[in-house]
Amino acid sequence: MTLLRIALKSARFRRTSLLLTVISIAISVTLLLGVDVVRKEAKGSFLNTISETDLIVGARSGPTNLLLYSVFHVGSATNNVGWQSYETISELDEVAWTVPISLGDSHRGFRVMGTTDDYFAFYRYGNKKDLTFDNGKVFTEVYDTVLGADVARDLGYQLGDEIVLSHGLVSVDFAAHDDKPFTVVGILDKTGTPVDRTVHVSLAGIEAIHVDWQDGSRSGLQLDAEQALKFDLTPTSITAFMVGLENRALTFRVQRDINDFESEPMSAIIPGATLNEFWRTISTFEQVLFVLSLFVLLAGLLGMLTTILSTLNERRREIAVLRAIGARPTTVVMLIVLETLMVAIAGCLAGIGLLYAVLAASKPLVARRFGVDLSLGWLDSTQGLILLAVIVGTTMVSLIPGFVAYRRSIQDGLAIRV
Amino acid sequence: MTAAAPAVVELDQVTFRWPGQSANTIAIDELQLRAGEHLFVRGPSGSGKTTLLNLLAGIHVPTSGRIQMLGTDMAALSPSRRDRFRADHIGVVFQQFNLLPYLSILENVTVSCAFSQRKRERAAGAVEVKATARRLLRSLNLPDELHQSRVAELSVGQQQRVAVARALIGSPEIVIADEPTSALDADNRDRFLDLLFHEADAQGCTLIFVSHDPELSQRFEHVMELADSAPRSAV
Repeated sequence: MTLLRIALKSARFRRTSLLLTVISIAISVTLLLGVDVVRKEAKGSFLNTISETDLIVGARSGPTNLLLYSVFHVGSATNNVGWQSYETISELDEVAWTVPISLGDSHRGFRVMGTTDDYFAFYRYGNKKDLTFDNGKVFTEVYDTVLGADVARDLGYQLGDEIVLSHGLVSVDFAAHDDKPFTVVGILDKTGTPVDRTVHVSLAGIEAIHVDWQDGSRSGLQLDAEQALKFDLTPTSITAFMVGLENRALTFRVQRDINDFESEPMSAIIPGATLNEFWRTISTFEQVLFVLSLFVLLAGLLGMLTTILSTLNERRREIAVLRAIGARPTTVVMLIVLETLMVAIAGCLAGIGLLYAVLAASKPLVARRFGVDLSLGWLDSTQGLILLAVIVGTTMVSLIPGFVAYRRSIQDGLAIRV
Repeated sequence: MTAAAPAVVELDQVTFRWPGQSANTIAIDELQLRAGEHLFVRGPSGSGKTTLLNLLAGIHVPTSGRIQMLGTDMAALSPSRRDRFRADHIGVVFQQFNLLPYLSILENVTVSCAFSQRKRERAAGAVEVKATARRLLRSLNLPDELHQSRVAELSVGQQQRVAVARALIGSPEIVIADEPTSALDADNRDRFLDLLFHEADAQGCTLIFVSHDPELSQRFEHVMELADSAPRSAV
C-alpha cells in the first residue's frame, strides 16, 4: 500500500469537510479565472471598437478627446472641421476612402450621427467585421434613418416607424425637429460597440433639419420638410472624419501632414494606438477586480487551513498508528501535503468546470446584451499560471499543518492521545 | 532456548529525562531478553510506561545508558534509521484505537508492510502479503467474512486481535504491547492472551507486554516493575 493510497483513503474518509474545502477553493478559482476572462473580453472588445480605420481626423484637440467624441460619442467637439478641408484631404493620393461624421443632435438619449453610405461600407469593428443589417437597408433618402441595435430594441422601433430628432444632446420639446420626421429604413445587427446606440442619418438629413435654424435656435423662417429639400444640403462643416489609406505604411506621414495642415488646425489620431493608451488609463478597475479575487482566494485558503488544523486533532491517533508501523515524521507531513494537494487539484478542476458552465450559460445573454462573443477555448497561459499559483499556494499553506503534525509526531511518539 | 542465545533486547543503565525536568522519567539498571522470551512490565499510570514504549520503539533515545535491539545500539542510528528499524523489526499493539478507520480490516493488517520492504518480503514468502494477512486473521479467530468490514463494525476485542495481526505480519523479532487488554473483560482478556502468546510463539517473537494489571503477570516468565517512585528515587 503506497502513501498515495493511504492519503486517498484517509481523505475519502473525511470527505464531507474536505468537500467544503474543495468547494471554497473551486469558487476562488472560478472567480480568479472569471476575472481574467472578463478582463480579456472587455479589453478585446474595447480595443476592437473600431478597426481598419487608419486615422480619425477632427478639429485640433487632444487625442483622447477626439477618440471619445468621434468613436464613443462621449462628450462633444470643441470645434468643427470645414467641409473644404475634408474634401482636400479625401482627394489626397494616399487616401483610399474617407467617411465624414457629423454629431450634435440626439433622439431620446441616443446620439444622432450624420454620415454617408460609405460609413456602412468602410466601418469595421472587432476582427475586420462589417456592419450588417438585421433588417432593412442603408439610407437613400434625406429623411431616412438607420438605427443601431440597442436603439431599436430599447425604443421598440421597427422598419417604417417615424422618429423625430432633437436639437442638441438633451431632449426637450421646444428643441425638437418635429417638423421633419425621419423614417426607419434599416436596423443594424448588434456589434457591442457604440454603433449600437447610434441613430444614423445622411449628412443631407442633418443639413435639412437645420436649414431654418441659426446659432442653435429656430429662426423666424419656418420651412417644412419638402421645402427644405430645395436647398443645397451640402454641409459647410462636419465634426470629424475617418480615413482609410492606400498603404498602411504611410500612416505616420499622412498623420503629420494633417496635423500640419495650413488652412485649418486639425488633429489626426491612429485609433488603435489611442484606444490602447486610453485603456491603460482606465484599466485600474481590472487590477482592483484581480486583487479582490485574490482576497477571495486567500479566504478560501484560510478556510482550508482551519479545516486541516482542526482535523489534525482527531487525526492524532491515526498519526500514532502510522508512526508505530514505521512512518517517519516527514512521512506524516507528506501525508498532509498530499491530501491538500489533492484538495487543491480537485478544487481547481471543479473551479474550471464551474467557470465553463457559467460561460456557456451566459454566452447567449452576453452576446445579446453586449455583443461580445465569449470564447469557450482552452485556458491560456495566464490562466494556467493562475491555476499553478493556486496549487503552489495551497501546498505552501499546507506546510503549516504539516509542521504542526511534524512536531506533534515527534512529541507524541507512540502515545495515543484521545 | 539456551543461555548462549544472543540478547534481542538489552538495556544497560538506561535513564530518560525530559528536557527541562529535574527528575528522570525512566531509570532501568539492566534488562536482557532473548529470542522468544516474554516480559511483563508492570507499572501504575504515571510510571513512565509510555516513555519506555517510545524508547524501545526508537522514537526517543535514552538520556544516558544504552539500548541495544538485535545487537544494534539505537542511539547510534539517525532518527529516520530508527523509524526504519521499527518498521522492519518491531510490531506494536496499543491499548485501543489501534486501527485506521478508513481502511478495511484486511488493509489494516497489510498496511504494516507499507514502510518496510523487509516485512513485505517476509510476509509474502511463497504467497502474497494479503494471503498471509488472511491466514493471521483467521488464526486470531477473525473469519474471512470480517476481512472486508469497516473498523467500526468490529467489537473492541476483535479490533485488538486485528492489531495483533498487524503487529505480527512480516514476522518482526520484537512485539511491544501497551495495555492491549485494558478495554477487554476478563473472558476476552484471557482468550486474547492465549491467542497472542500462541501467535508470538509460532513466529518466535520476543514479547514485551506493558500493563498495570498485576493479575496478568503470572503468565509471563519475566516480570519487571516500573516503580511509581522511579522518577524520584533515581534523582
